Amino acid sequence: MRRIMVGVKRVVDYNVRIRVKPDNSGVITEGVKMSINPFDEIALEEALRIKEKGLADEVLAVSIGPVDTQQQLRTALAMGADRAILVQTDAAVGPYSVARIFHKLVESEQPFLVLLGKQAIDDDNGQTAPMLAALWDRPQAVSCSKVEIADGKARVTREVDAGLETLEIDLPAVLSVDLRLNEPRYVKLPDIMKAKKKPLDVKSLADIGVAEGAAFTTVRIEPPPTRQKGIMVKDVAELVGALQKRGLV
Amino acid sequence: MSRILIVAEHDGATLNASTLKCVTCAAKIPGASIDVAVLAANGAAVAAQASAIAGVSKVLVIENPANVEPLAAVLAPQIAKAAGGYTHVFGPSTTFGKDVLPRVAALLGVSQVSDVMAVEGPHRFKRPIYAGNALLTIDVPADAKVVATVRVASFESAATGGSASVEKFDAGVALPSHTRFVSRTAATTGRPDLQSASRVVAGGRALGSADNFKIIYSLADKLGAAVGASRAAVDAGYVPNDLQVGQTGKIIAPELYIGIGISGAIQHMTGIKDARTIVAINKDGEAPIFEAADIGMVGDLFTIVPELEKALGG
Repeated sequence: MRRIMVGVKRVVDYNVRIRVKPDNSGVITEGVKMSINPFDEIALEEALRIKEKGLADEVLAVSIGPVDTQQQLRTALAMGADRAILVQTDAAVGPYSVARIFHKLVESEQPFLVLLGKQAIDDDNGQTAPMLAALWDRPQAVSCSKVEIADGKARVTREVDAGLETLEIDLPAVLSVDLRLNEPRYVKLPDIMKAKKKPLDVKSLADIGVAEGAAFTTVRIEPPPTRQKGIMVKDVAELVGALQKRGLV
Repeated sequence: MSRILIVAEHDGATLNASTLKCVTCAAKIPGASIDVAVLAANGAAVAAQASAIAGVSKVLVIENPANVEPLAAVLAPQIAKAAGGYTHVFGPSTTFGKDVLPRVAALLGVSQVSDVMAVEGPHRFKRPIYAGNALLTIDVPADAKVVATVRVASFESAATGGSASVEKFDAGVALPSHTRFVSRTAATTGRPDLQSASRVVAGGRALGSADNFKIIYSLADKLGAAVGASRAAVDAGYVPNDLQVGQTGKIIAPELYIGIGISGAIQHMTGIKDARTIVAINKDGEAPIFEAADIGMVGDLFTIVPELEKALGG
């Protein structure tokens, strides 16, 4: 079975303007729309396209989180994933523990490719892909904007500060995907019905054999400092004047 | 006492300014000793530049023909080996550091602290989450090695004029051959580097075409500024990806940022909120960028931009 494993994280929807709790213990997630991390959606779309080209037999979506994470996995199944695994926990799981859980799943599921988002838009950590590749002792390519699979290898183009970098890597490997890799498909209603019948296994951290644990202790979460209200200018002369006043031109 | 190892970013010949920002960040830890690791095929030139950074005690040169390109799978085991005697390993939160440092952290068996924007103690750091819409302060366990990437826009460059000792370090670890460099296409524009420029002129979707983007380049050249862009402009193909500013692009902190035809999605704003002065030009007076702008002007960019360029004289 040529299997692709895709990580799917449940996050606050990217259109939501988040608010910090008054006691500085976190951000408000009650009553807030939750979605698949947008980068993970792109990873899933890429996995589906690879399968549709006949280069893979199965797309497995995996997630770690509370019971409600099943909603995002059902969406992944509706998009076209064949089955899903939820490692269910209410605990905060740090990046290293996430990578270890994924590594355990990789050992049991034996994918030839793991596709992950380059970062989650809540914690903005961007650690899982390189960490999993390290634990698995396999190649990594982060921020991929193009992926070609052939002959047990992947040729990937990465977005880097200097421009674009192309690597050739042996499979199996871990790829993290960037925004411009593809545009994820919309889920159609019949697919949502079909997804209800697809297998979604729920495992505990004990089943996986990784002890839970946040990596770090949260001291506080605060809103960023606000900028002072600026001025509006009505024409270019005023604009140049304002720039001159600040010594900028 | 904190012993900090900084992984140098370079292109084989020149040390990247991001390394100097990492030194400034590391120096915020009281009493820290700071060393820099240069991994290269031939590291002498870069090591000489690193040894001139004020505050650096020692430069470790880790040479191997396999280090000619910065491949994370190749560099990480060598860095993890060199990290043995250190309490902290820092690298820049650039695409280089984001690739390499988490791999190092996993080899060392710890989570990484991503995008450090402030140091509050040897094990206490502040970092942005939710695209900078919240700031998280965390404590790393006192007995754990700290592996961190440094948000370069939050720190000034360290001064030069130092004279650190330079030592070779033999990592003596087996390196994988499963990852091979093929090519890199670097846009050479002759303009200032976006990441480190003191002035940036950025354009958005409202420019409408790659051809129309010329007025952005022209204004930038008049100001001696780097050119940036919103994700929408990059996605539309007006400019290459390395000009993208924002949560998933570059985080910049210029003295002057001029956003033209950019509405100001939160993902873009997170990339510019450290700019000293934000100027916004947009035809939609309700555009969110005006909430953060120091100077705002509502109007047609195709009229305003050439007029502004003319008004700046020559």
